[in-house]
Amino acid sequence: MNPRTHFRLVVLYVLVGALLLVLMGRLWTMQVLDGAHYRSVAAQNRTRDIVVPAVRGMILDDMGRPLVRNRTALVVSVDRTVISRQKDQGKAVLTRLAKTLGTTYDNLQKQIRLCGPGIKRPCWPGSPYQPIPVDDRVDPKRALQIMERQEEFPGVTAQVQAVREYPEPEGASAAQALGYLQPITQEELDRRKGLKVTGYSGVDLIGRDGLEAEYDGDLRGVPGFRKVLVDSQGRVTGTAEEKAPTQGGTLVTSIDAKVQEAAEKALENAVKSAHTQGHKADAAAAVVMDVQTGRLVAMASYPTYDPSIWTGGISQDDYDALLGKKKGEPLISRVTQGQFAPGSTFKVSSVSAAVKDGYDLHGTYSCPGSYDVGNRAFRNFEGESHGDMSLHQALVVSCDTIFYKFAYEEWLRDGATKPKKNPSDPMVGMARSWGFGARTGIDLPGESIGRIPNRGWKRDYWNATRKADCKGAKEGYPDVEKTDPSRAAYLKAVAAENCAEGYVWRAGDAANLSVGQGDVLVTPLQLTRAYAALANGGKLVVPRVGTAVVRPDGSVARQIDDPKPGRLPVDPKILAYIRGGLAGVTKSGTAAGAFNGFDFKTVDVAGKTGTAEVYGKDDTSWFASFAPVKKPRYAVVAMISQGGQGAMAAAPAVREIYEAMYGLNGKPAALKDGKLPTGLPKFRYDSTTPSPTPTPTTSGKPS
Amino acid sequence: MIGNLGPSAGTVGGYRDRGVWQRRLSGLRGLDWTLLLAVLALSVLGALLVRSATFQLLAEKGQDPEGFLKRHMLNLVIGVVLCGLVTVLDYRLLRAYVPILYGLACVGLALVLTPLGSTINGSHSWIVVGGGFQVQPSEFAKVGLVVLLAMILGEPRDGEIGPGRKDVLLALALTGVPAALIMLQPDLGTTLVFAAVVLGMLAVSGAQKRWLAGLVGGAVLTGFAVWFFGLLKPYQLDRFTAFLDPSADPRGAGYNAQQARIAIGSGGVHGKGLFNGEQTGGHFVPEQQTDFIFTVAGEELGFLGAALIVILLGVVLWRGLRIATQAADLFGTLVATGVVCWLAFQAFENIGMTLGIMPITGLPLPFVSYGGSATFANMIALGLLQAVHVRRRPFD
Repeated sequence: MNPRTHFRLVVLYVLVGALLLVLMGRLWTMQVLDGAHYRSVAAQNRTRDIVVPAVRGMILDDMGRPLVRNRTALVVSVDRTVISRQKDQGKAVLTRLAKTLGTTYDNLQKQIRLCGPGIKRPCWPGSPYQPIPVDDRVDPKRALQIMERQEEFPGVTAQVQAVREYPEPEGASAAQALGYLQPITQEELDRRKGLKVTGYSGVDLIGRDGLEAEYDGDLRGVPGFRKVLVDSQGRVTGTAEEKAPTQGGTLVTSIDAKVQEAAEKALENAVKSAHTQGHKADAAAAVVMDVQTGRLVAMASYPTYDPSIWTGGISQDDYDALLGKKKGEPLISRVTQGQFAPGSTFKVSSVSAAVKDGYDLHGTYSCPGSYDVGNRAFRNFEGESHGDMSLHQALVVSCDTIFYKFAYEEWLRDGATKPKKNPSDPMVGMARSWGFGARTGIDLPGESIGRIPNRGWKRDYWNATRKADCKGAKEGYPDVEKTDPSRAAYLKAVAAENCAEGYVWRAGDAANLSVGQGDVLVTPLQLTRAYAALANGGKLVVPRVGTAVVRPDGSVARQIDDPKPGRLPVDPKILAYIRGGLAGVTKSGTAAGAFNGFDFKTVDVAGKTGTAEVYGKDDTSWFASFAPVKKPRYAVVAMISQGGQGAMAAAPAVREIYEAMYGLNGKPAALKDGKLPTGLPKFRYDSTTPSPTPTPTTSGKPS
Repeated sequence: MIGNLGPSAGTVGGYRDRGVWQRRLSGLRGLDWTLLLAVLALSVLGALLVRSATFQLLAEKGQDPEGFLKRHMLNLVIGVVLCGLVTVLDYRLLRAYVPILYGLACVGLALVLTPLGSTINGSHSWIVVGGGFQVQPSEFAKVGLVVLLAMILGEPRDGEIGPGRKDVLLALALTGVPAALIMLQPDLGTTLVFAAVVLGMLAVSGAQKRWLAGLVGGAVLTGFAVWFFGLLKPYQLDRFTAFLDPSADPRGAGYNAQQARIAIGSGGVHGKGLFNGEQTGGHFVPEQQTDFIFTVAGEELGFLGAALIVILLGVVLWRGLRIATQAADLFGTLVATGVVCWLAFQAFENIGMTLGIMPITGLPLPFVSYGGSATFANMIALGLLQAVHVRRRPFD
């Protein structure tokens, strides 16, 4: 052959050889060098994780009565992967199932189809690898039919599953304290560590509000998982790995169901009675606290609702109808989130501030019907004059003018309208020390801060509202003028004053503060905690509801400790004196009428009434108390918004609560000997077994 | 090397003296056994891999799990018969039939484009001839092309080394017709095979360098034109570039590429064992019995098995080139060269695409993949090689 051909053939030889070497090299790289990497990718290709939900833990009261538990529901589910593998795509099985369940094949078909764009409900929004629940209110007989004749229903299971239930032991609800469950949003899912969650009840619900939210991590347990092998169609061909779920821990709380019921009942009665007397009484709260530990024995909020409406999901319409403004927004816990002016109950703080500031604890003071603060007259309740009295008596009869005087004199000492560089404002500082104007730190979400106004706050407020005020000062209020010209003129004058000098801390502000009026706001919880500190000798306890988290086997997973309490900067002698004063309120003071005939021998109750004026609304009724006076155990506070006088609405409610606690006035005692149980209740904590009613085996003795 | 023609050539009378069959059969001793055995080994391996890729799916559907295997064996048997026929044929007689073969190929290719043609497995390259049989004319067109070009380019004028301008142009023009028909299907893979064959045969035929340069340049320009003027549809472009970054579209164009790599890579050194591949069993790689058969080897036989296939193909190509070197005349050399270029390019493209170094096309792996027309065409190619070998110059 010619040399050119020969040469080119040689080139071809070399080329072919090179190509083969390239292939070999690439094979080597992929299979030998990178083999491990590809193997792991291949494994991921082939497997899917299915979540097995964990049963959520219960919430119990201090005696082991379940406040929240799980109801076992019999649920019939369809396994998509098994059905789709059948010759007729499962038509025969589904038709049979439809007949057994009393529904139609069409319906079932729709229920098990996957949700997607353009597909309306019913459809399945979850993972295609999870069995799809098609009925959770199955008649047990029908479920039995399915379970007994499994060969006629391949791919169909009837299983017992857990659904949240609110048994209301002893009639106690505590809905706001307990909270509720709702589906997790996608953002929350993304933020959660661990397995991506799919599937039916339990796992994809998260606690919202209340204890369900605060202790969600303890309650929800750990879901298990199944690692299944799939082919390229996603059909399950086997199980690679399985891990059982860990049941959620049960939360034991300090709430006592019987006391809680008593508190809720007392509020209902108080509101009813206030209504009959012509008061609006739109909201109310009652708190019972152990003064030594800060644990809450009861926390009732009115209006309330039935938390079982959350189970099974709630539509927007139902939400608005049941939980909206028309119904008084029962989701809000007035105990922790209701902010109201405390009225005279605030005086325990003001009096301690005055004494610390230098006023004689045992001095005698004048209590006229009205007192001039600057150029304005501030009056006692109904302008009553009480003559001269001790501070003890001032508390008993709830004299305001003494406090106005203290406040005004302190304000003058601070420089009046031209304040000193560092004004002392003793009542403001003392209020903060009593825990007002700050969160108590209770183990519930969404606690309100309240407000103790001071000079800084006033300035900030003025900055924020100045524009509107100056506008009003300039232009007046033409809309109001149409109907009420004198009011329009008044508003214009106020606006002018605020616009020019709204930042000034005036004498009136100090005076209002001293009696818990003006811009002062407290929550019933803050007030209860303050009275607990008064009762226990000065320890600012941190309120707690949870006591411990207990595992299904009964062992304690987590003891919820009492955080270290703060200290009131008040001499214990002063506190004792104040306690003495309060003891007189119920016998000869403003609450004597409400406590007429009360069995003080069994339990000596001391307290303070409060009637807070609210602009544009009816008065807020307060009564804050502690008992027994000699060795205080409990602090009980009741508040009725727009309820009228403290003595008329709130004090009777508190009396009712004490009577229920101690078994007075013919009522059965909620607490044995009026004492709380010590230690955790004996209880069968495993809530996976289908029998729904666990039996507490203790009556309060330590376990 | 100046060839010394064998003792039987030149004595036409001597030829006619022997019996027809004696004449025919006397060539058998001259078979290239290495080549034959390599092809047989590849075919056996191919059969096993085809079974592995298909038995589970067939069983699930309730059909005969050995269905594909049986059909594959049938194809091989027919292929072997075809190969034998071509081998004993005097390849030089083919020259007379080239126009008919060429015409048939073009007609067949044209028919594919008419409504008579069918789309099977996404490629519009088939004609269904009834009785459950279908024909893929483009496979046979490759055979036709090799023989056609060998004829045109293999007979230089006296004194010249290699084809003249007229011959080259004629060759290109005649190639263009079937090539265009194939491009219209569209079948990019086979078109590229055509290009490789033309280039290789032109080079070995001794054509002047400027023709080669011109061809290569023309190809590059066409590539640019396609790119700039967007002559390819987006999906075609996607498929082409998917091999560069399959993770860019893992569910679409990149899916095949990614799954193939995963299957092969996870085979490691020893593979997961024949019929045990999990990616194969899970049907993660599509078209496994045809275009992606190599992934079965990679996953189940590991590096050892996959490399063995590459080596066996290498043996086939080496022997083919050797046959080209030892051929009795330029025509024979060119036939062998054409076959080698075809098989080499196709094997490299097929294996390369499963390994992620070449774009995805619809070319099956020669002698290993399942297929009717492809197997027949490949076996005829083998027969051509043997035919050239059998009449080789005796000294080398």
